[in-house]
Amino acid sequence: MTLTDLTIAGASTLLASREISAVELTAAHNDAVAALNPRLNAYITATPEQAQEQAKAADAAIAAGTGTPLTGIPLAIKDLFCTAGIRTTAASKILDPFIPPYESTVTAQLKAAGAVFLGKANLDEFAMGSSNITSGYGPVENPWKREGSDAKLVPGGSSGGSAAAVAARIAMGATGTDTGGSIRQPAAFTGLAGIKPTYGRCSRYGIIAFASSLDQAGPLARTVEDCAILLQVMSGFDPRDSTSAERPVPDFRAAIARGVKGLKIGIPAEYRMDGISPEIDALWQKGIGWLREEGAIIQEISLPHTKYGLPVYYIVAPAEASSNLARYDGVRFGARVDGEDLIDMYERTRAAGFGAEVKRRIMIGTYVLSAGYYDAYYLKAQKIRALILRDFTDAFAKVDAILTPTAPSAAFGIGEKMDDPVTMYLNDVFTVPSNLAGIPAMSVPAGLSSEGLPLGLQIIGRHFDEETVFAVSAAIERAADFTTKPAIIAGGA
Amino acid sequence: MGYMLEGATGAWEIVVGLEVHAQVISESKLFSGASATYGGAPNSHVSFVDAGFPGMLPVINRECVAQAVRTGLGLNAQINFWSRFDRKNYFYADLPNGYQISQFAHPIVGTGVVEIELQDGTIKQIGITRLHLEQDAGKSMHDQHPAKSVIDLNRAGVGLMEIVSEPDIRSPEEAGAYLRKIRQIVRYLGTCDGNMEEGSMRADVNVSVRKPGEDFRTRCEIKNVNSVRFVMHAVEAEAQRQIEVWESGGTVTQETRLYDPARGETRSMRSKEDAHDYRYFPEPDLLPLVLDEQWVAELKAKLPELPDEKRKRFCAQYGITFYDAGVLTADQLTADFFETVAKNRDARLACNWITGDFFATLNRTGASIETSPVSAAALGELIDLISDQTINGRIAKDVFEGMVETGKMPAAIVEEKGLKQVTDTGAIDSAVAAILAANQDKVAEYKSGKDKLFGFFVGQVMKAMQGKANPALVNEVIKKQLS
Repeated sequence: MTLTDLTIAGASTLLASREISAVELTAAHNDAVAALNPRLNAYITATPEQAQEQAKAADAAIAAGTGTPLTGIPLAIKDLFCTAGIRTTAASKILDPFIPPYESTVTAQLKAAGAVFLGKANLDEFAMGSSNITSGYGPVENPWKREGSDAKLVPGGSSGGSAAAVAARIAMGATGTDTGGSIRQPAAFTGLAGIKPTYGRCSRYGIIAFASSLDQAGPLARTVEDCAILLQVMSGFDPRDSTSAERPVPDFRAAIARGVKGLKIGIPAEYRMDGISPEIDALWQKGIGWLREEGAIIQEISLPHTKYGLPVYYIVAPAEASSNLARYDGVRFGARVDGEDLIDMYERTRAAGFGAEVKRRIMIGTYVLSAGYYDAYYLKAQKIRALILRDFTDAFAKVDAILTPTAPSAAFGIGEKMDDPVTMYLNDVFTVPSNLAGIPAMSVPAGLSSEGLPLGLQIIGRHFDEETVFAVSAAIERAADFTTKPAIIAGGA
Repeated sequence: MGYMLEGATGAWEIVVGLEVHAQVISESKLFSGASATYGGAPNSHVSFVDAGFPGMLPVINRECVAQAVRTGLGLNAQINFWSRFDRKNYFYADLPNGYQISQFAHPIVGTGVVEIELQDGTIKQIGITRLHLEQDAGKSMHDQHPAKSVIDLNRAGVGLMEIVSEPDIRSPEEAGAYLRKIRQIVRYLGTCDGNMEEGSMRADVNVSVRKPGEDFRTRCEIKNVNSVRFVMHAVEAEAQRQIEVWESGGTVTQETRLYDPARGETRSMRSKEDAHDYRYFPEPDLLPLVLDEQWVAELKAKLPELPDEKRKRFCAQYGITFYDAGVLTADQLTADFFETVAKNRDARLACNWITGDFFATLNRTGASIETSPVSAAALGELIDLISDQTINGRIAKDVFEGMVETGKMPAAIVEEKGLKQVTDTGAIDSAVAAILAANQDKVAEYKSGKDKLFGFFVGQVMKAMQGKANPALVNEVIKKQLS
């Protein structure tokens, strides 16, 4: 038995029955992190000592009979979640040094459930990116390789460090955040399951904000069930986040076994966009076939405003980001570069601290909110956002879930698609609409590309109906029987 | 024709609108649990939310919302059951988030009206455009260190109500009366302490001038004026400046100005070209503010009696003049003091005593109603002694002086000093007879038509009786003996 290869559900059973200890499970992961992280760069900050302490406490809890399904489970925490006493960077040099004196609600809940934190996972700077190339702490390498090639591939982004860590078995699961696809696209690129729940399902308190109306935390793991176990603990109302939903959290794990018999699954005609790769389209058709075989009713639907999703996203998200990132001014925390006067200090600090992509988005956001442009850009984008939501509302009057590809391609190489930010932005084309609408969406690994890279399918559900999303995702997972492992993996492939 | 300023080219009318920033009275700040109380060591009332730390989120303080609603109701204004917060983006060292959370597009309170009273007794209505909630910034100090500025964030995040008036104000006097009226209302409501020295109330003053009958001309905004007197001065100084600009062939340009009280003038702070582009947009960290109608109705039902209503009631209930009622209702404490004194007593007498000797004493000694040596109960007892003729009005003044000096109750002073009024007609008869006998010449003059001497006889008799005689009886007896 390779400890690092266990699922969370599997490890949880073994821990509960005392067949393995949390300390040995954590030690195996700490060793794997030490061995692979120098290459993958999946963690910005590894915390092996903290992990060992938490593992000891977990063993004690299990012995005392107070364990939960997450007690003793080693996780990677995206470095966008503030963790008390542990350096938190958002992968930006502007926050260095920053050690939060407080804990995000999501990580606090995971800790309370007994989870073990292996370290803080790399990401695109301030979660702005789809490749993990914009990290101020260097790019993350995808543990997957194209067949017959050693070219370094991106793990996707922005939760690329989380995805690479879980795929390479140097974490059993990870927290991510998803603003326009930042959980689902890296999950697809690394052969993982990952869910962005309904906006408001998880508290945003203590998560460094990118775009407040879109940001949502969620898990990445190697199975749909593991995602359900993680999301169960991450969810819930938090009075410290006014946008978190005051409603009960259903039993996600129970929903896995529901099956899809009789469920109506929508296939949006507009997602069959020009330029979709034939193998992505073929995988999609395969997914449709699997669900039909399981008894689902497949129905064509229309999401007419989907085509505006990407432009709307690239107005709304930068607008909010330009404001959210104003606080990084060198006055109270993080890095400061002294200047002649206040303005000079701001300019030097922000010029040195932010990377190119962050600066680009701050400029875009500042522009679209400026007097004279607000109506043409921001206001219009908000109106179209409402239409996109209406598209989904109309569709969900007819169907229970929607099936689409997660990303337009498999993982690409580090250095590819770098010249033109717009090409890079196209990665999010299938994922952003659910962020704009605030609805839950999950990516599950469904097959391999011709080059041997994982591809994902996306399941989108109604507001607060993650249960159906889990049910459909689990059905795809069972049918796809995705068992291929990445090239770079703890203990060797 | 109202207030006009004479220029070289004739009369000019002043047009003024005020934006009053009133700090909300609340335990904690608008969006955080940190204390909102004034003072404290620098940066001792600061939460991570106030300091704009990464991942921190605002949560609306319900009490601040209630205070804004109460104020809106007090301004006879429309309460908006749906309102929304926006971000006002600008960089400054004492603005931790790089934006202020305010209500730009959808304020919690809409249009209303307040009445102001001018020196000549005229009542004028001033329109309220809106009231919105916003958070205050911190404080930058540039004089604490030779090369550095220091920041105190105690005030950062404290709730403010910005009360915006229509441009209905036409003179410095009206501007002062309006500001005083707003202060009076919020103090009655307990929603702002109105303390301009501590900065818990300050005003931005928008001023323009025009020839009578014209449309509005360009206005200038004078920022952060912190007393009623300065507002009045600033209006006048700015209007004079603008008249000079127009009359010398120039053009007033829209800009933000500062009032310098030492020099009695305004000067330019930044022009329209340098004005910030605040890039307002809806605050995504907060849901729209939706008020429950029942909750607002409950707040309304529990509102205290406001100055205008109280003034009218005082006139009707106590039979005092509108002017006196205005003086007595200037603030809640005075009004309560009056009502305690007047209860079951001669209200007009109570009014005269309070607005007369009592206020004069407060002025002279620098005491306030709360620290006054004369309590409402003591003053009430004094009025009882006058009303039941235990003492007369003149003796009452002496007793009052004794009360101010010693803090003793009036009955005790009367007893101690033997000041009880003499109503024994026998004693008065003989005193009058003695005075008339001693002034035969004056009696003759009186009888030959010099009526004014009557007062002289009264004075002499009162003096002889150490002021304790009942004045009505003295008059009566003198008349009888002279006839």
